[in-house]
Amino acid sequence: MAESGVGGIRQPLENLGKASADFIEEFGYYLALIFESFYWIAVGPFKRQPVRFSVAMSQMVEIGIAALPIVFILSFAIGVMLAIQGVHTLKQFGAETQVVLGIALSVTREFGPLITGILVAGRTGSALAARVGTMQVNQEVDALRVMGINPVRYLVSPVLIAMLVMMPLITLFSDLAAMFGGAVYCNLDLGLGYVAYWDQGTTFITPNDVLQGLFKSLVFAVIITLIGVSNGFSVTGGAEGVGRATTRAVVLAISYLVLADMTFTYFLNR
Amino acid sequence: MEPEHAIEVENLVTHYGTRKILDGVDLTIEHGEINIIMGGSGSGKSTLLRHLLGLHTATSGCIKLLGQDIDKISPSELHDLRTNMGVSFQGGALISSMTVGENVQLPLREHTKLDDSTMGIMARMKLEVVNLGGFEDLMPSQLSGGMIKRAALARAIVMDPKMLFFDEPSAGLDPVASSELDDLILKLRDSMQMTIVVVTHELESAFKIADRITVLDHGKILLAGTVEEVKNSSIERVQDLLNRRSRNDDIDADQYMDRLTGDA
Repeated sequence: MAESGVGGIRQPLENLGKASADFIEEFGYYLALIFESFYWIAVGPFKRQPVRFSVAMSQMVEIGIAALPIVFILSFAIGVMLAIQGVHTLKQFGAETQVVLGIALSVTREFGPLITGILVAGRTGSALAARVGTMQVNQEVDALRVMGINPVRYLVSPVLIAMLVMMPLITLFSDLAAMFGGAVYCNLDLGLGYVAYWDQGTTFITPNDVLQGLFKSLVFAVIITLIGVSNGFSVTGGAEGVGRATTRAVVLAISYLVLADMTFTYFLNR
Repeated sequence: MEPEHAIEVENLVTHYGTRKILDGVDLTIEHGEINIIMGGSGSGKSTLLRHLLGLHTATSGCIKLLGQDIDKISPSELHDLRTNMGVSFQGGALISSMTVGENVQLPLREHTKLDDSTMGIMARMKLEVVNLGGFEDLMPSQLSGGMIKRAALARAIVMDPKMLFFDEPSAGLDPVASSELDDLILKLRDSMQMTIVVVTHELESAFKIADRITVLDHGKILLAGTVEEVKNSSIERVQDLLNRRSRNDDIDADQYMDRLTGDA
């Protein structure tokens, strides 16, 4: 009771300190995890613990091919929206035909990677957290370890390979779908032909614009994998814990994604 | 050269957070013996098993499996050691995304260069040993509790390990299934000369299969001896366990007060 005056400030300070320490600890864990994943990819074959390419392949199908329909629909819609907004804005200057430039640049540099990232975070990030979390709860992770199978090598590395291969490809697909969405709207609203639209679009965008988007998608791939898996590994408390970890993984992955996007956009455009 | 003992634990002290779980455990297990680690809930027996499996790092003390100190050996030596260990977890811990057959083949697939058909045959042989012949294409979710434990056992013995560990083999099983599992454990020891460590609180099964019994209580070893020695022990806590008597610990009034007021 005598301490209440000091305690009033001490408690929030303590909480802040604890939260900071937790954050740094978690960040350190991410770094260790990514290092270990790449370590097994590179060194595993020489240590009689190779990363299975067949597992990575089936992951690629699950992460990439299965996501294509929904990526197409969302990207197409984004393309249409960009076209509508672009036409609306540019009409005030009488420059509606310039809308292609706006669509092409914003899609390749920003919306393609971002929408793909958010979608994959929702699909794969949550699935990873739930799968690894369930395995953790059922002692399957322990079972792997005592069988001499490194869980990071077995569970994380193949997914990381699959994500690093598929994310840029899906992003490219998303770019095309969004461009197509814009083309359909421009054709209906402005009567702009598809060939003219494509010609205009491709003259404006440079390889650098597309590469910027693809580079971002690689960063997103790493973020989604790490956050999904690490939340799965840290599950405690049964089925409820798995649910919590899954939610946390998706929210965190999308938050980090947007923050990383902002950071990279800033540095890549200086 | 064969080491003197299969498993040696010296002065093992472990903590969970700040709470002390194991308090100076010494344990020696001989080659080819079935050693039962017994104790009530919270006695630290599961913790001891997890340390034997190298899943946790101890505060102090040392654990030697087949003569090798698991804290000091290199990762690749630990890897080799683990191919000599089989573990049957309480819930089976079969990988739920794989069929029973794939689960049993997993250690072979990861540690050997055998071709698929050989691995298939070996896995089916081990499934026959645990009376699960013909079940290899089912998923773990399609099996009953007893079948999952037997499938997990098949996976644990597929590499013909020198040491086999069981965590609560009879938990959640009916008396018949549990007795079958006991017979299986005896059969394995007799036919394959494995060293077997079983953590359990099932008295009946413990007395049936044990060569020696280690009784743990509050993180310390109360008694280690043969079935007869344990049955005839004069230690009160041991008799409490054997006769299913409730604990009659004296309550320290001051400590009790502190716990209630939250000052402990």
